Amino acid sequence: MNNIKNIIEAQGLKRKQRRKTANAIMLALTGLLTIIALIPLFWIIGYVVIRGGKSITPGFFTQLPKPLGMGGGGVLHAIEGTIIVSFLATLFAIPPGVLAAFYAARNPNTPLGIALRFGTDVLAGVPSIVIGLFGYAIVVKPQGHYSALAGGVALAILMLPTIIRTTEEMLKLVPASLREGSLALGAPEWKTSLSVLFPAALNGIITGFLLSIARAAGETAPLLFTALGNERFDLATIIKGGIAGHQTIFQILGRIFDQPIDSLPLTLWKYAQMPYPERVDQAWGVALVLMILVLVTNMIARIWIEIRKKRLRG
Amino acid sequence: MTITYLSRETMPKDEQDHPVMVKVEDLNVFYGKFKALSEINMQIQARKITAIIGPSGCGKSTLLRSFNRMNDLTPSARIEGKIYLDGQDMYQRDVDVVDVRRRIGMVFQRPNPFPKSIYDNVSYGPRLYGIQKKRDLDDIVENSLRQAALWEEVKDKLGVSGLSLSGGQQQRLCIARALAVQPEVVLMDEPASALDPISTLRIEELMHDLVKDYTIIIVTHNMQQAARVSDFTAMMMIDDKRSGRMIEFDATNTIFTNPRDKRTEEYVTGRFG
Amino acid sequence: MMSVRSTFETDIQQLKDELLTLGSIVEQQILNAVAALEKRDLEGSKLIKETDIKVNAKRYAIEQKVLISIATQQPMAHDLRLLASILEIAGELERIGDYAKGIATINLRMGEEALLKPFNKIPPMAEKAVNMLHRSLTAFINEDINEARRIPADDDVVDGYYQEIYQELMNLIIEDHNTMQKTNWLIWTAHNLERVADRVTNICERTVFTATGELREIRSSSDS
Repeated sequence: MNNIKNIIEAQGLKRKQRRKTANAIMLALTGLLTIIALIPLFWIIGYVVIRGGKSITPGFFTQLPKPLGMGGGGVLHAIEGTIIVSFLATLFAIPPGVLAAFYAARNPNTPLGIALRFGTDVLAGVPSIVIGLFGYAIVVKPQGHYSALAGGVALAILMLPTIIRTTEEMLKLVPASLREGSLALGAPEWKTSLSVLFPAALNGIITGFLLSIARAAGETAPLLFTALGNERFDLATIIKGGIAGHQTIFQILGRIFDQPIDSLPLTLWKYAQMPYPERVDQAWGVALVLMILVLVTNMIARIWIEIRKKRLRG
Repeated sequence: MTITYLSRETMPKDEQDHPVMVKVEDLNVFYGKFKALSEINMQIQARKITAIIGPSGCGKSTLLRSFNRMNDLTPSARIEGKIYLDGQDMYQRDVDVVDVRRRIGMVFQRPNPFPKSIYDNVSYGPRLYGIQKKRDLDDIVENSLRQAALWEEVKDKLGVSGLSLSGGQQQRLCIARALAVQPEVVLMDEPASALDPISTLRIEELMHDLVKDYTIIIVTHNMQQAARVSDFTAMMMIDDKRSGRMIEFDATNTIFTNPRDKRTEEYVTGRFG
Repeated sequence: MMSVRSTFETDIQQLKDELLTLGSIVEQQILNAVAALEKRDLEGSKLIKETDIKVNAKRYAIEQKVLISIATQQPMAHDLRLLASILEIAGELERIGDYAKGIATINLRMGEEALLKPFNKIPPMAEKAVNMLHRSLTAFINEDINEARRIPADDDVVDGYYQEIYQELMNLIIEDHNTMQKTNWLIWTAHNLERVADRVTNICERTVFTATGELREIRSSSDS
């Protein structure tokens, strides 16, 4: 026994030097590789900032596009479009997504639960352009025209897998004791899910939602065949006109949702391919706006998490 | 030689005038094919504390959860026999399980307050049963928190999350939450095992106060706690088919000073391996 | 094989050993006190009185140990009854020790005086009482309830001796008033021995209590 102890101690000193050297090498290596991995990130950010920076003026955000050659103008239509389509996508994706996740979490081993999980995984892997084509087939073709509605549907389908997965994971994280506590008081299952499990999982669900919206807002392919794009979209005019014409709110909304609409990624895609330098410059500007949008959404998500954490501590 | 009788604990089962709150008759509980409990027979007296003790895995929790039909939540669970609450068989077809769970409340081993405010935690139950007016809910919340000996500590911060309380306070919050629906029986599954010694003693003191109004059934690993707190003790053990059985059921004083069954003796003296 | 509570069981064994030791000392005290009285050995009686201090100390040592065991080991059921009985019996043994001291004191008071004739019944009475004590302690250690229930019957024998001595001494007083002092001392001596037998009965009751949980008096038939 003592012999082993001596051997270990004797080896110790030799190994110590070797350990120190190995440590230093690994540290240097991982540091180097980290820097290499970060290069593309900073390169992209830098490039976009430089190329798009000059297009960022207040007018960029508040004005509709001006005809070529006139200079100036903005992408207000695209911003409105992105917001409107994202809003519709949220409306279409959240209810079925969350409810489906509740079902899958409660009944994981039923045929429907298994099918749901399998289907979600498959849907998550479907290319976004295929989803766009699908949106065309089920909304645009029957309706006969492109619309924000169709765009919302396509984006909703895109967001669905993420929402279902995140919600299901968050529900699973809720301790079973919470459910038992509610049931032991005599609450039925649905009330337990609604009043106890859902609020408990809400944090994670909202985070998942915010992240999936951030992604969906930046998608182009699904909107190609559904929203199409519309440089003449003017929300203010529609609303003012509607009020002046004594239209009901449904009619006004109908006019907003039922026509082709643009979005920031779509605009970028279009402008970047045009042979006109000022449009290309504006494309870079849109790229910068998109990046900022993603950044802001992520920050909101994190701030939200921190606020909820603080409130919990009481 | 004549023998003069000096003293012997009178067995309260002989007390004919004390009402029985819960009666278990030939209870067998199955999980699928596995028989978890065999031939359980016992009578729980009203407004007394009955403790259920026994080695790990002997079915104490299964028995406790049979009282408020929480075993129904396990899909493969099945019971034979009857459990009467105040004379009414709780497992009959037409019995509303929601009503059973209102009349028989439960406090769990690990405190499990909802991630809501203290007020919302306690008012959750009454709201389920249709009590909506703020004044009524305020009264119930205060009453329940007082009964759980928590009111003074939280009366100024009812809006704060229940999770921000200490372990012992959380458990008392769970007790208040259970009391808020005016149960007749309160089940406690090792209520203090996750708490520090002082909180444990507080909960035990609380039980002494609560038993004036409620019938309490407690499952505990801690024999000294069972001895300190309960009026009656039931000793359970698994048989050779790994099914839980009731070995002995008697006044606590008797179980811990002079139990009849050798197995009970071995368990309470700690000789049980 | 180590039991789950071997520390506790070692403690219990030690307590039993110490109780037996105390019992032996006390048995010897009684026998020595009577022998010293018989032989008019005043030095011997002084020694008995000194030894009684050790008897008291030992009794309290046993009591301490029992209390510590109760506080630290949370004994239940049989263990609890056993420890409670050890406490009781230690007390009984200490009182028996006091009886021995009493007899020694009588010897010292009598000083140079000669013994009265009825004294000849004292040694057999003492032997009987000590024999009862010895058997009762053995029965306690072995939890032999049958033996424990039999021993109190011998109390009749001891009582018999006491009655005889009493009768004879009463007759002596009637014959000669001057013997009253010595008569008194002798009666006290016999009385002390009779009380030893009573204490033994208590010890036997404790044995039955430890084994069965029932605390009952075991009365011998000569009690009214």
